[in-house]
Amino acid sequence: MSVRVTIDGQEIQARSGDNIIDVAAQNGVYIPSLCYVKGKPCLGTCRTCSVKVDGSVMAACTIPVREGMEIEVNDDAEIVDMRKALVELLFSEGNHNCPSCEKSGRCELQATGYEVDMMVSRFPYRFTPRVVDHASKTVFLQRDRCIFCQRCVDMVRDERTGKKIFSIKGRGTHSSIEIDAELANEMTPQQVRHASDLCPVGCIIDKTQGYDDPIGQRKFEIKSIKDRALEKEHR
Amino acid sequence: MSKKLVIDPVTRIEGHGKVTIHLDDNNQVVDAKLHVVEFRGFEKFIQGHPYWEAPMLLQRICGICFVSHHLCGAKALDDMVGVGYSQNTPMLPTAEKMRRLGHYMQQLQSHVTAYFYLIVPEMLFGMDAPPEQRNVLGLVEADPDLVKRVVALRKWGQEGIKAVLGKRMHGISSIPGGVNQNLTIEARDRLLNGEEGLISLDDAIEFAQDGLNLFYNFHEKNRKMVDTFADVPALNMCLVGDDDNVDYYHGKMRIVDKNKEIINELDYHDYLDHFSEATEEWSFMKFPFLKALGREAGAVRVGPLARVNVTKSYSDSTPLAKAALERFHDYTNGKANDKTLHTNWARAIEILHSAEQIKVLLNDPDLQKEQLVLSYDQSMWSGEGIGVVEAPRGTLLHHYRANQEGNITFANLVVATTQNNTVMNRSVRSVAEDYIGGNAEITEGMMNAIEVSIRAYDPCLSCATHAAGQMPLVVSVLDSKGKLVNEFIR
Repeated sequence: MSVRVTIDGQEIQARSGDNIIDVAAQNGVYIPSLCYVKGKPCLGTCRTCSVKVDGSVMAACTIPVREGMEIEVNDDAEIVDMRKALVELLFSEGNHNCPSCEKSGRCELQATGYEVDMMVSRFPYRFTPRVVDHASKTVFLQRDRCIFCQRCVDMVRDERTGKKIFSIKGRGTHSSIEIDAELANEMTPQQVRHASDLCPVGCIIDKTQGYDDPIGQRKFEIKSIKDRALEKEHR
Repeated sequence: MSKKLVIDPVTRIEGHGKVTIHLDDNNQVVDAKLHVVEFRGFEKFIQGHPYWEAPMLLQRICGICFVSHHLCGAKALDDMVGVGYSQNTPMLPTAEKMRRLGHYMQQLQSHVTAYFYLIVPEMLFGMDAPPEQRNVLGLVEADPDLVKRVVALRKWGQEGIKAVLGKRMHGISSIPGGVNQNLTIEARDRLLNGEEGLISLDDAIEFAQDGLNLFYNFHEKNRKMVDTFADVPALNMCLVGDDDNVDYYHGKMRIVDKNKEIINELDYHDYLDHFSEATEEWSFMKFPFLKALGREAGAVRVGPLARVNVTKSYSDSTPLAKAALERFHDYTNGKANDKTLHTNWARAIEILHSAEQIKVLLNDPDLQKEQLVLSYDQSMWSGEGIGVVEAPRGTLLHHYRANQEGNITFANLVVATTQNNTVMNRSVRSVAEDYIGGNAEITEGMMNAIEVSIRAYDPCLSCATHAAGQMPLVVSVLDSKGKLVNEFIR
C-alpha cells in the first residue's frame, strides 16, 4: 500500500511501512546514519539520522512513513545543524585519531563528518580513558573509537552456537564494548572482515589485513558515503 | 664585566632551540651551548597502539622528513612480523624500489627547502644583512627566477611523494612486509614528462644544479670564511651498501675518522651495543656517542657532510652527482671534511644525487610489477624490530617492541639531529669564540653567525625531542655569575 508524504516540501509516493531513511534515499535525499544497515532491523542508537517529522525531532531509521507525514531533512537549518552536532558529539566523546587509524578512508564516522561539513567539534573533547583489548587472535578492539552503535552486538554471532561475540557492558558514560575472545578466535577470516566492515568506525580491526588500500583508492575516497547510500550499495 | 648572551629562539630551523653564550670579564667565551627546549613524547603515546600504527602515527613527528620516519617504522615492522632484515629476508624488488623512490623524492624536497629557503639568504646577502632581507621574501625580491625554479623543483618532489604515498604529506605506502601499491604508468609518465604546472624530470635535474652553482659562486667569493667557519672535528657516520658507498635506504652503519679510516662498522640492529646516550639538565636532546671511545671522542656527525665524507663514490648511473662528489673529495685531498659550511655544499650535491637516483628508478620497470608484499604468518612473529634509514638530516633509527597481542610496548627513536648534538654544540662554541669572543659590542650579525652554524645542520629539534606553538631559536649572553646581559629573541 502506498502513502503520500512530503520531504522538504516535495510530495512523494512511498510504500507504507518503509522507514524514512529508505524512502528519502529512494527519492534522492541523503540522510546520514551510523547505526542503520539497510535490510536489518533498525537499532536507533546513533541518532545521526535525526529529522523533523511533523515538527518533532525523530530518528529517521526508526520511523515508518505514514500518510500525510511532513518530513524536514535539509530545508530546516536547525535540524541540519543538530545532525552535525550529533556527529561532533561522537568525535568529542571518543578518542578518534584518523591520521593513523587503519579504518581511515573507509570509516563511516569520518565520511559522515565530511558529509555534514564538520571542521571541528564545538564540544570539548572528553579524552575518556578507554583500555584497548587486543587479546583475541583475530581482532584489535580499539575501544577509543567505539560509538556504541551496537551493529556488532546485534549482527555478528558465533556461526556454530549463535552466541553474541560482542556486547556492551555498563551503562551511560561507563559503557564499554566487550569481546568474547574465545568466540572471536573461532571467527573465519570472512567473518572477521565482515565484522570489521560492519563497524562504522575503527573499533573492530581485522588483525590480518591492514592499510592495504592506498590513499586515494579507499572506499569513501572512490565514492562518497552519500552516493553509496543513495545507490543502496552502502546499506 | 662578564656577560651572558642569549639567542632565543634560533630562527629558520625546525623546532624550538636556544643558545646561551657565557663571556668572562675580558669578553672571551667561557661556554656556549645549544639548548633544545621542547618536549614531545611520541615514544610514550604510541604505547598500547596496534603495532602497525607506529609508522603511520610516528611519521607525524615531522612535517619535513616524514617519509624517513615512515620507512624506518616500516623496516622495524618488517622485522617484527618476521620478514625483515633481521631475519635476512630480502624485500621484494618492487616494494624496496617504491620505498626508495618515496625516500629520494622526500630527500630532494627536504634538502631544497632547507638549502634554498633557510640557508641561501645568508649566502646571497651575508650574515650581517638586516633580518628583514635575509629570508625567503628577500630572495624573491633579489632573484625571482631562482625562487620560481626552487618552488617548481620542490613541487616536483612533493608530487613524487604523493605518487608513492598517496599524499604530499603524511601518506601511507609501506605496510609490514612491503608496500600497498606500485607506481602506475600514468604517475610515472607525469613525473618523467611533466605537465602544465609541473616540471619534467629533465627540468628537475637541471634545476637541482642551481644549488651547486650557487655554492660554487659563494665559495669562490668567500673562500676563507667558508673554509674556516666552525671547522670542528667529529667522526662521520652513515649507512653504506655492499659497494661501500652511501645507501640512503639500507646498509651497514659505518663510522670513519679524519683520515676516512673505518673506526667501526656495524649491523644497525646492534646499535645499542655500540652507542650510549648522555643527558644534560640544560637540554631535552640527548648526546649519543660510541661507547668504546667515550663521550667526546666518540661523538659522530651525521647528515649530508658525514655522508659525503663516508661514501667513496656514487654510481655511474648518477654522473652529474658523481662528478660533483669528486670535486668535493678533491678539495680536502681525500681527508674527511669538517668544515661546517661545507655541509651546504654536501646538501647541494645530495639534491642532485636524489634527482639522478629518481631518474634511475622512474625508468625501472620493476616499479610497475604486481608483487608488493611478502607473506608471513603468526608463527614468524618476532615482536621486535629496528629500522634505520639515512634521513635528509642523517642516520635515523626506530626501535619498537610489541607483545603477542600486537600492542606496542616500547618505542625508541634516535634521530639524526640527536646524533649531531655534540658536533652542533662544538660548532656553536667555535663560532662564538671566532665571532663574539673578544668583542666589547655584540652585533646582530655576530649573533646570526651562531644561527648560521646551527642551520648548516638543518636541525629538526621537533624530531629530536620526540611542539606546538612558535617554532624558532633563542641566543643569550651570560656574565661569569650567570647573569643575563644580552638576549636575542625573535
